Amino acid sequence: MGSGYNMHALEKILATHAGKKEVSPGEIINCKVDLAAVNDLYLQVIKSFQEMGGQKVKDPEKVAFIFDHYAPAPTIKAALNQKIMREFVREQKIKYLFDVDAGICHQILPESGLVWPGMLLIMTDSHTTTHGAFGAFGTGVGATDLAVALLTGELWFRVPEIIRINVDGYLQPGVMAKDVILHIIGTLKQDAAIYKAIEFTGSTVKELSIDGRMVLTNMSVEMGAKTSYIQPDNKTLAYLKSRVKKPFKVYTTDPGYKYAEEFLFEVEKLEPQVAVPHTVDNVVSVSEVEGVEVDQVFIGSCTGGRLEDIEIAARILKNKKINKNTRLIVGPASKNVLLEAINAGYIDILLKAGATIIPPGCGPCLGAHQGVLAPGEVGVTTSSRNFPGRMGSREAKIYITSPATAAATALEGKIADPRKYIKE
Amino acid sequence: MEKIIRGRAYKFGDNIDTDQIYPGRYLELTEPEEIAKHAMEDADPTFRERFVKGGIIVAGKNFGCGSSREHAAIALKAIGVSLIIAESFARIFYRNCINIGLPLLICPGITRYVQEGDILEVNLETGVVKNITRNTECKCQPLSEYAFRILEAGGIKPLIKKKLEEGGD
Repeated sequence: MGSGYNMHALEKILATHAGKKEVSPGEIINCKVDLAAVNDLYLQVIKSFQEMGGQKVKDPEKVAFIFDHYAPAPTIKAALNQKIMREFVREQKIKYLFDVDAGICHQILPESGLVWPGMLLIMTDSHTTTHGAFGAFGTGVGATDLAVALLTGELWFRVPEIIRINVDGYLQPGVMAKDVILHIIGTLKQDAAIYKAIEFTGSTVKELSIDGRMVLTNMSVEMGAKTSYIQPDNKTLAYLKSRVKKPFKVYTTDPGYKYAEEFLFEVEKLEPQVAVPHTVDNVVSVSEVEGVEVDQVFIGSCTGGRLEDIEIAARILKNKKINKNTRLIVGPASKNVLLEAINAGYIDILLKAGATIIPPGCGPCLGAHQGVLAPGEVGVTTSSRNFPGRMGSREAKIYITSPATAAATALEGKIADPRKYIKE
Repeated sequence: MEKIIRGRAYKFGDNIDTDQIYPGRYLELTEPEEIAKHAMEDADPTFRERFVKGGIIVAGKNFGCGSSREHAAIALKAIGVSLIIAESFARIFYRNCINIGLPLLICPGITRYVQEGDILEVNLETGVVKNITRNTECKCQPLSEYAFRILEAGGIKPLIKKKLEEGGD
């Protein structure tokens, strides 16, 4: 390196996209964007594009529209918003349209080979931090920022300071990545990483599947993180091999790089974790809330609807029936996840246990459709947020758990420890 | 952009998230005046009735955490909020406000200086907040030059529009 500044892989990604040799925290730079993706909540993107005098999308090959939040459209207004977006996609010759059959943006983009190490992607969704699980720089932006990228192919970024979170130890059977990240958020709190990036390292992270790693990077935004990162390894490259059709470069952090902060979490003895109403950092061990009666359980979303999540729910519910006072809603994260879950027999097991299967997509996570909560109801969700009113009524209570805890809870009709149902 | 902003303070706590500022059940709306009808609905259902145009929101840590939905920023701007001062802001919300030309200032400790209903006079250039009601003052972090330039232009849209018209590609 020219001046001897030790750079992080994330800084190297930003520098490359800004056409610079090096960048350092605090600097404001303009970066070329490899992929700009819009979901169906954001007609404002097209409005802002037009308000800026936009006629033509700069590079339609680097744009995706994804209909996941309202899939399929639940109201005339939502249907109209999607209709206008489809027309925009056609007019502008935008390369990628994932319509209401496809699933959640954060699942279908990696599945489709549109995410690779070293890329810079922005999406109109805060959970775009997810793609750090593949060594990409992914960050959520608002509609107008996205419109700027459509028009110019670039966007300004402030280079973030980077926090390292080292996670160490083998997880107990029945304890999942979701429990790890809830524990971390509960300890560090919701504002721990505002304006900063988080890198996850350590033996636990190495052991986690790609699905599990995506849970860590996904939920890092719940601590305020701008982006998140896991150094790609052989597991990452094996996932990408059959999917990504273009060459890419895996960046690495220089030895001696100085992180803004470092934390160590030892998770060997970690119990299943629960975020209790109404904040995501209000986290306790399952033993503290066992027995709370639950009206509805949701297994799904961009942080809890992947194959591994549906698989563990099926293992727990095989040849059993959910509690008669509880509803179980299962939303696969994508069409591919649904197909794989059907082929593996998981959907059969879940249907027979009493689950309602909804189409791939965000489902009730945003409180718009497919299972909103009534006043006074208690919901358990594998999704990412339990803010007041998040899943329907402001007078409902939402608990966040892992898919294993959610499945055990549906079975008992009250918050339950899944470890008694997992034998390994 | 007015550099001196005077208004009544409406106070909120820590971690007011975008779902509380603008609930998910109205995300399909697209017109600012429609969006404004639900400003702060799940943080305080009485806010819309109580709010007087030009008011200043004063909040604790991590204001605007959660979703990237620009509706949250649009709702506050469209109802007539003149300024938001918070101990800290969530990153995407912060950018969304700057982009649409809604000023905001970071001021650790602000919730100790200001009570609900106080009249404030704020200088955006210097970051000085005068509490007229209590005859005290405190200082916010100054806006970055970059953010200030966008605000002065009335948001990022006029800036980009100008850039495109000047023959940028």
